Amino acid sequence: MQQIVGRCQALFEDLDFGAVKAWKAAEPGRKAIGYMPVYVPRELVHAAGMLPVGILGGGDQLEVIQGDAYYQSYICRIPRSTIELGLTGRLDCLDGMLFPSICDVIRNLSGMWQLMFKDKYVRYFDVPQNYQDEVGGRFYVEELEVLRRDLGELRGAPIGDDELNASIAVYNENRRAIRELYAYRAARPWQAPTSEVYLVLRAGMVLPPEEHTRLVRDYLAATDAVSRPMRDNARIVINGSFCEQPPLSLIKSIELSGCYIVDDDFMLVTRWLLDDVPEDGKPLEELSRAFLHRSASTAAKYDARREDKGQFLLRQVKGAAAEGVVFAAPSFCDPALLERPMLQDVLAKHGVPYTAFKYAENTGQMAPIREQSGTFADSIKLWSAA
Amino acid sequence: MSTVATPASGRKPEVQKEDAMWLQKELINRNYAELARARAENRKVSATFVPGNLNELLMCFDFARSLPETNALQNGMRKKSGKFIMDAEREGQSEDVCTYVKADLGMMQGGEVGPTGEPLPRPDVLLLSYTGCFTFMKWFELIRHKYGCETVMLHVPYQGEGRIAPNMRDYVVRQLKESVIPTLERISGVKFDIDRLREYMKESAKAEEDLVAVLQSAKNRPSPIDGYFGAVYYIGPIFTAFRGTPEATQYYRQLRGEIEERVRLGKGPVTPDGEMGEERYRLIVEGPPNWTSFRDFWKMFYDEGAVVVSSTYAKVGGLYDFGFRHDPDHPLESLAEYCLGCYTNLNLPSRVDMICRYIEEYQADGLLINSIKSCNSFSAGQLLILREVEKRTGKPAAFIETDLVDPRYFSAANVKNRLESYFQMVRQKRGAAVGAH
Ligand code: SF4
Ligand code: SF4
Repeated sequence: MQQIVGRCQALFEDLDFGAVKAWKAAEPGRKAIGYMPVYVPRELVHAAGMLPVGILGGGDQLEVIQGDAYYQSYICRIPRSTIELGLTGRLDCLDGMLFPSICDVIRNLSGMWQLMFKDKYVRYFDVPQNYQDEVGGRFYVEELEVLRRDLGELRGAPIGDDELNASIAVYNENRRAIRELYAYRAARPWQAPTSEVYLVLRAGMVLPPEEHTRLVRDYLAATDAVSRPMRDNARIVINGSFCEQPPLSLIKSIELSGCYIVDDDFMLVTRWLLDDVPEDGKPLEELSRAFLHRSASTAAKYDARREDKGQFLLRQVKGAAAEGVVFAAPSFCDPALLERPMLQDVLAKHGVPYTAFKYAENTGQMAPIREQSGTFADSIKLWSAA
Repeated sequence: MSTVATPASGRKPEVQKEDAMWLQKELINRNYAELARARAENRKVSATFVPGNLNELLMCFDFARSLPETNALQNGMRKKSGKFIMDAEREGQSEDVCTYVKADLGMMQGGEVGPTGEPLPRPDVLLLSYTGCFTFMKWFELIRHKYGCETVMLHVPYQGEGRIAPNMRDYVVRQLKESVIPTLERISGVKFDIDRLREYMKESAKAEEDLVAVLQSAKNRPSPIDGYFGAVYYIGPIFTAFRGTPEATQYYRQLRGEIEERVRLGKGPVTPDGEMGEERYRLIVEGPPNWTSFRDFWKMFYDEGAVVVSSTYAKVGGLYDFGFRHDPDHPLESLAEYCLGCYTNLNLPSRVDMICRYIEEYQADGLLINSIKSCNSFSAGQLLILREVEKRTGKPAAFIETDLVDPRYFSAANVKNRLESYFQMVRQKRGAAVGAH
């Protein structure tokens, strides 16, 4: 178990993407495509025989020097540290970048990339906010088609339906493994602390999905084999961290303060589609239907009806038998911060306690956060004891 | 971001205005009066955003039309927004997010009294035209969540590749047909009549023609207009509830006449303190203005003889100067193209191209960026815009930071300092250029 977590930790800390370079070097002509967090259809990249690589900023390890010259102080950290990664050559191993439709910062970042890295494939990947198959679905299939064509050109041969269906199967399996991991953690959070689960998930950003699926299952088996002490912690769901990631020390601090994280929205791309995508249909249409009708809710998506707001979070709370929600959002993150009051309101109506704070990927001072989540955990325990 | 300024009520009488400016003020105030009467007259009320404003379509259903960004900026100019913003923050909105949203939510909390002191009715429908910025989506979700207003989404894809692909246009048209129009029919009880839409669009195109002539008059030396501080008045009617009406057509005709006369007489722009003196600097400005200190801000320019010959902000509600006109022969497709073409729906390389083109066509001395603290849509990436434009044009560029409607973020001394050193830089560059010849 220590070995698995250690490997994940090493992958996490390697801002030079050694694993990606090694994967490319193993066979001539291999290509890797980066993507920012939240949702992109990694199945298409995989079907082209390329490695999809999740780029999640610089964390608290990277000193941002050049990136700061590109962003004013009132813009979140992730675009600047991503630019820093690019300018320092750390992303040279990527043959292209996909920028998903999350927010205005990422929109503009896609254009900055076009201007700054002219020799790379860059695409802003739009997704529909209209969920009718004949309207948003048609738009989406067409967008997928463009990406499929582009990637086909990049590798020098078009991507066939059969290849796509095979990749859908690979990602179905990966999502299944991650669902198992989440279910296990919700049932026995002391056995699978989130500081470990997080690292296991992060490994999926740089490893091929087949290998990652094995790793997730190996971790599950290994951690289940050692029994760890169970504490009287409060069970909480984390919300708001779907883009710029919190530093690992923040996750650890929350756990140390007396919380078990039983669900979260970290690295949502790995869990965006909620169930299996059919593996024998028309692949783009199946991917579209899964996106439109069976995908996770985040602030980056429109809720078609007022009643839908907060339902996904409520289901997370109920499904994981959580006792409260910790809203942890990056500073200056419009989507997360604008969404929050609505979610809080829904939680209040359902009697779910919550607390909220902001962080940055390089936040160093954990004491205030630990104190806040500790107080929150104590109040939950107090109430549940009463 | 948004448009439409009318001078603050009760403002000092000595403020100078062109005739068309008075007409503009009358139009805007008339819309507030219409909104105030809407309930009594049993009229349904719509709200929508300035970029992607489908005014012609909304008129087809007899809606009274409210524009929350405009309300926010009007409240900003009238010094009311600071309190609204703090009220919204007390209710749980973050200090980090768009201040337009908070000014609007704060106004609703405070009893929905509009900028002119008249009541603003709660909308029957929010037409969520998702153009220009992501915040729009959350903004209307927030209003829907709090006040239960019915919302209809029009998702406008982003021009990530710097062009409008047929798939994008088709998608918008399909949404108009399948979702927007049926919803508006149901809520208003009025049947959609495409010929009525065509008539409004014909009017729009006329006004657009005249607006472009007005904005492009700044190519003259001296420029007869200010393409930023002055233009916010000019774009008011067309970016809001008046595009497509005969009143707007008439307004733009008159405005154009006045401006052409100024060109003939070789006159510069009219400022709130009267005719501007000698034109010493010609600038392009990127980014919205600050509304809470609008007049002080403008004064810092005209006191120095600086005129803004063109601005990207004057294109937020539609980019007409490169040829787009509402097309009555293809009404829905044309509405889709209009939405897709709004300034903040353009990608960064397109924004850079546009600014470089302005610098050249308007023979500007350089670029000034007013970066808005709470607006990611405009601001994220502006430092790269600055560098690219400097690199490509060789003209100096400068950066200032303010906010739209949050008075806490306007530091007059800082802005003035920055501007002074910028003007100095322009002079030096000119000197160097002369020396090189
Ligand atoms: S952290 Fe928030 S604001 Fe920043 S890029 Fe991500 S979603 Fe956008
Ligand atoms: S974020 Fe900017 S573009 Fe969006 S509504 Fe606010 S001011 Fe307008």
